[in-house]
Amino acid sequence: MRTIVGFFAAFITLLALWLALVGNLDPQEIAAGSIVAVAVAVIARGAPFTGRSLRFLHPRRLVTALVYIPYLLWSIVESNVDVALRVIDPSLPIRPGIVRVRTRLKNPVARLVLANSITLTPGTLTVDLCEDELCIHWVDVQARNIDEATKKIVTGFERFLEVIFE
Amino acid sequence: MNNPVLILELALVLAGAAALLAVWRLLKGPGPFNRAVAMDVLGLVTMPMMAALALYSGRGIYLDVALVYAVLSFLGVTALARYADRGL
Amino acid sequence: MGNHEMIGAVVTLVGSVFLFLGALGIVRMPDLYNRMQAGTKATTLGNLMALLGIGIIHPAWLIKLVLIALFVLITNPLSSHALARSARRSGVPLADVTVRDEYEEVLVEKGIEP
Repeated sequence: MRTIVGFFAAFITLLALWLALVGNLDPQEIAAGSIVAVAVAVIARGAPFTGRSLRFLHPRRLVTALVYIPYLLWSIVESNVDVALRVIDPSLPIRPGIVRVRTRLKNPVARLVLANSITLTPGTLTVDLCEDELCIHWVDVQARNIDEATKKIVTGFERFLEVIFE
Repeated sequence: MNNPVLILELALVLAGAAALLAVWRLLKGPGPFNRAVAMDVLGLVTMPMMAALALYSGRGIYLDVALVYAVLSFLGVTALARYADRGL
Repeated sequence: MGNHEMIGAVVTLVGSVFLFLGALGIVRMPDLYNRMQAGTKATTLGNLMALLGIGIIHPAWLIKLVLIALFVLITNPLSSHALARSARRSGVPLADVTVRDEYEEVLVEKGIEP
């Protein structure tokens, strides 16, 4: 049952992506897209779509995800302005360093999204992920210990991701 | 400054300058990792330039070129990182 | 010349400014990791805004341009993360201004000499 749901979730996503790229609903395109989507869904069965994909349609997760996207985009804009200002400043004001932070997230996809979100935001870049800790390169280190760093870098995203994935 | 074409051309000049800076880093290095970063940036700069080219020539097919370039740029950088990590 | 063309052109111009600053960052920054900070951030937003701006000028291409932008948004952190990790493991040095490196102890624990 789980594999069937996973297969259809993958198939529908791939076909939608195909049609969006092709840009029209010509029967020929739908036929070709379906064949490719079935092939890819069979080859990639098991990952990344599993039978549990459907639980992401729960309204609470969906709404949180919809709030998370603008939150992330805004963080990206902030991060870009911050880094850009540092680059054009003649004195190049950076205090770089690699710090460790903790995460409460257990779900691997949630951790992936967290690591990617951190990489996309103010002066932080995820270097490695080991067990419950992430090692993060920070352009302007503003924390003295792991708890402070966790609060500054991780907590904002974790709030959302906990609801979406856990 | 009320002509969209003029603004677009200014944008292209800036993007071209960005590409030159990336090429400078690509030539200077030092080492494969700095060059990979330069390639990554070059890819990110080239993609919108391709889209602008599509706009100028009125040919949507160049957008597919930009898409494929995005895929190849990602694969190239990731493959290099993996290779440096543990060999292919 | 419609209004949307003007808006799209301005968005593209702002994107190009970020592209330029990101590229300037990879020239000015002192070590690989800081170059990646400039290269993978300022250029990502620049890239997204420039693509979006062209989409606004030519709305028929908007869906495809948004898909390209989404692809960049998803894959770019992945490749920069992989690059940063393998660079640190291969011993690419941090700049002298670096205030702290808590990753070294993790690597030593794992038996990898950076």
